Parts: sequence; structure tokens; C-alpha cells
Amino acid sequence: MTLGDIAISNLRRRKGKAFFVLAGLLIGVSTVVALLSLVSAMREDINHKLEMYGANILIVPKTENLSLTYGGLSLGGVSFEMQEIKEEELENIQNIANAKNVAALGPMVLGPVTVAGQRLLMAGVDFQAFRILRPWWTMKGQEPGDDGALLGSEAARLLGLGIGDTFHVDQREIQVTGILETTGSQDDRLIFAPLAMTQKLLGKEGRISMAEVAALCSGCPIPEMVKQISDVLPGANVMAIQQVVKGRMETLNHFEKFSYGVSALVLLVGSLMVLVTMMGSIRERTVEIGIFSAMGFRGSHVIRIILMEAAIISGLAGLLGYLIGFYATKILIPLFSEGHGAHVPFDPILAVGALLLSLFVGLAASSYPAFAASRLDPNEALRAL
Amino acid sequence: MKRIQAHEIEKKYGKGDTAVAALKGVSFTIDAGEFVAVMGESGSGKSTLLSIVGTLNSPTSGRLMVDDVDVYALGKDKRADFRRESIGFVFQNFNLLPYLTLAENVMLPLATVRQKKAKKRSLAIAALERVGLAQKAERLPSQISGGEQERVAIARAIVGRPPILLADEPTGNLDSKTGKEIMGIINTLNNEGMTIIMVTHNPEYAGYAHRVLRVADGMLA
Repeated sequence: MTLGDIAISNLRRRKGKAFFVLAGLLIGVSTVVALLSLVSAMREDINHKLEMYGANILIVPKTENLSLTYGGLSLGGVSFEMQEIKEEELENIQNIANAKNVAALGPMVLGPVTVAGQRLLMAGVDFQAFRILRPWWTMKGQEPGDDGALLGSEAARLLGLGIGDTFHVDQREIQVTGILETTGSQDDRLIFAPLAMTQKLLGKEGRISMAEVAALCSGCPIPEMVKQISDVLPGANVMAIQQVVKGRMETLNHFEKFSYGVSALVLLVGSLMVLVTMMGSIRERTVEIGIFSAMGFRGSHVIRIILMEAAIISGLAGLLGYLIGFYATKILIPLFSEGHGAHVPFDPILAVGALLLSLFVGLAASSYPAFAASRLDPNEALRAL
Repeated sequence: MKRIQAHEIEKKYGKGDTAVAALKGVSFTIDAGEFVAVMGESGSGKSTLLSIVGTLNSPTSGRLMVDDVDVYALGKDKRADFRRESIGFVFQNFNLLPYLTLAENVMLPLATVRQKKAKKRSLAIAALERVGLAQKAERLPSQISGGEQERVAIARAIVGRPPILLADEPTGNLDSKTGKEIMGIINTLNNEGMTIIMVTHNPEYAGYAHRVLRVADGMLA
């Protein structure tokens, strides 16, 4: 028989009270775990989607000209009469410190062409890189080989061209191999053709108008990569496309703050439940504590018994609370994440944190009842016998 | 050896005009190995006297000396240690913990002592053997009779081999036959050298004692 045996025996005897304390802590801990896991999973999800958004770094020439927008994004100095970047300089990007984070590099040459009396913008691109840079593209037909063209939906409508039709640019016959589904962006009004062919048609061999970079963004330092690319391309203006995800990140930050607030509130309610239940339990055990005093238990022994009981329940609540919060997040995450792509991994740090948090709240809420029990007048207790 | 000396013990409950004097300057000496019965009407102060001797109830004034140690001058923890080492309590209502087996109840005073569990258990079984209940060691208090519960309470009081046993009407809730059995056990403990102080209303059981302290209106008669 030890103080621990007394604590365990008492918990077995007062299962209802123990369950009530357990429930209070369980609700608190599982709520905190679920909210933190949700925030973490959503952050991970957004990071993952950054890759899905395609390009997140733009390289444009340094220029004093008025800016032109492309796809709702500012392209800095892209204009019809603009300066250009040398294509060979792009190879320097392979030497930056974070080169392994570059998933795709898509050079693009832009220039106006006249087709059947219509002035249109022609874009020479590397279609292989654009599969990564434009993951949302869907097309009828197929990508062009060395001399075909892919038309934006609006360009195809304006020119009245379909797949297999041909058109001429500066005497050169070009076959339409594919037509893009409507994207809602400026791509709809463009003629996309292989880079080398377009450079030749526009008289811009070895030069590009801009380039897009897709960086693998889970943990990759975009601002740092922007600086590294700027260093190797001194004649270019390198910028990160942040506005795409900024709004969503802000929403997530608000949700995170809200989660902390709710967690604190739920934990407070849980700890009050523990406090009230433990105080009630102490009142019920007045006689028992009087007997302990008569047997020569010190006040510290009584405190140890009560805190051991609280620690056992709190430890259990911490473990169960983590599991409940973890599985609750797995169930809830599809409601908070688009595309059902979010993953909720087992987080040992959060598990240990949940255990420690539960122990802290349980012991803190039980410390006053334990202290009050140790101060009980044994004679009062004996008079209650 | 434990010689108990009470010097002008006074105990008041409450404060000011509403204060009630339970003991009014009581002095006595109880030698080691003595068997003393404390008798008196209900409300006379005998239970207060017992709780003060049991170091559970600080007197308003006066001193309680046990082997020349002023026990109420000790700090709370030291007094708890003194109680554990020197005094065994037997209560009228047995006060066994219902969720512990008889053996566990008897081991209770040893819970704070650094000893191996097996040693504590053997001491508890030995104490239960003294009262004839070793074979029921694994039962719960609710599974035995009132007389047996009182015997378990005695086993619990003596498991730590204290020199002093305080019993507050140990036969109060028992029939005559069972009461005599309990008195037989207490008498045997006294014959082995244990100092016994027993509160009782029953003159027959007071007859087991070497002498009787009669309390009336907070004073020794």
C-alpha cells in the first residue's frame, strides 16, 4: 500500500467523478489538438497548392516603360516595344543556391503578329515547361510540335480557326494543333507557338520577353530565391507572385488566431470543470482525509494523493484527447480544404504537447483543492465521523 | 515508553460571547502501559479530551507532554509523524475505507512509510491474525459484520506497533457478546504493554481499565 495505490483505488471507486474530470479535460485537449491540426493541415495544403498554382516567380526585363498586365498580374516592363533578356542568361538560374527548388523554368517571347488582318499577340513558349507552369490548362487537340500553334479560345474564335486549320504569319504557314479551353485569363487571346519558331518569326532569335519560374514551395524560401535569381540576372526584374495566395494566407492567419482564442476558452472551461469537480470530491472525502490525518499522514501526503489522481486522469485525457483531436481533424479537413488534398500527419510534438498541456491544466486546476484538503482540520473531520 | 502528562488543558470552541468551553483546565498523568477509561455524560468533553491526547485538536491553553515532549509545540508535520509513530486510533464507527480490502485498510498507516510492499503486507496480515481475521484479508469492509469491522479497525491501529492506543467508544455500535470480544482484544494489547485510553459509556467495559477518568462539565471529577 502506497500513496499511489490509494489514489488509484479512489479513482476506481469514484468512477463517475473521475469520468467527469476526464471529460472536462478531454473536451479541452481534443479541441486544441483538432484546431491546431486543422490550421497546420490547411497551411500545408496551401503550401501544396502554391505548386499547383504554377509559376510563382516572374522574370521580366528592367524597363522604364509603362507596365502591361498579363493574366491579372503586373509584368513590370512588358510592352510591345520593350527590352529583352538574352535567353542564354537564363541558364545561370541553374547555378543559384536553391536551384533544386526550381521545378520549371519557362522562357517566353512575346510579339505582335497580323493574322488575316487581325493584330494578335503571339507567345513563343517551351510547352514542356508550360505543362508545369499552367497546370490548369485543358486543350482540345494537342500541343504543337516544332512548327504548329496552340490558340487561346478567344483567338480561335476571332480568327475562325479550328484544329487542323492553317494560318499565315509573314508568309509562313502554321497549323493549329490545339485550342485551349477558356481560362478566363489573357491566355485566351494569345497564339502560343514553339519558342524557337516564334523567336525567328518575330526576329528575336536568342532573346526572350520574360520568363516564369515554378518553385517547389513547401518550405522553399521564395524571397531568397528571388534575390538569388536577381543576382544572376542583373538586367532583369525578378518578382514573386504573392498576391495569389496572400489573401488565403491572411484568412488562415485569422483562423489561427481564432483557434487560439477558442482553445484558450475551452481549456479555461475545462479547467473550471476540473476545479469544481475536485472541490466537490474533497468535500465528499472529508471523513477519509480525517482518517488519513489520524493515521499520521502529513498535509503533503494528502496533496500527493490528490495530485496523483489528477495526474492519472490528466495523462489519460492528454493521450485520448490527442487521438480524438487527430481523428476529428481527419474527418473535418475535407470541409476546410478544396480538392480533398490535405493530409493530417501524426505529429509527435503535438502529441507530447497535448499530454503536457493536459497534465498542466489538470494539475493546476487540482492544486487548490489539494491544498484545501491538506489544510482540513482533522478534528473537524473526526467530528464528522 | 510513553508517559502522558496533561497540564491545565483548556479548550474553547467558538469566539467571544458565543465561545463554549469544552475543557476547563484539565490536568492528569497516564503512565506507560496504563489502561485508562474516560467516562462522562454526552457533551461532557470526553471526546475533546481524547482528540487532544491524540494530537488532533490543539488546546486553547495548557500543555500536553508525552515523554517530556510538548507535542503541541511541534510543527504540523512533526506532529503528524509523532501521531504515526506513537498513536493508534480506534473509532466507534470503524471508519474503514470501503474501497480498500481489509488488508489494504490495515496497511493504510504504513502508506507513508518507506518499506517494501511485501513487508507491509506481512505486517498487515500479522495484525489481522491478532484479531482473528487473516483469512478474510481480501474481503471488502461491506462483506464482513460490524464486530469484524471493529476488529479490523483495531488491527489497523496496531499495525505500526504504536505504544499508545486511543479508542473512542469501540463497543458503542456492537452487541454485548461482540463488545466483550473487542474488550478482550484491547485488554490483551494492554497486557502486552500498550497504553490504552478508552472512552466508554459502559461501566462493565470500564471495569477492564486500571482506573477511570470521569469528565463532567469540562472538568475531571
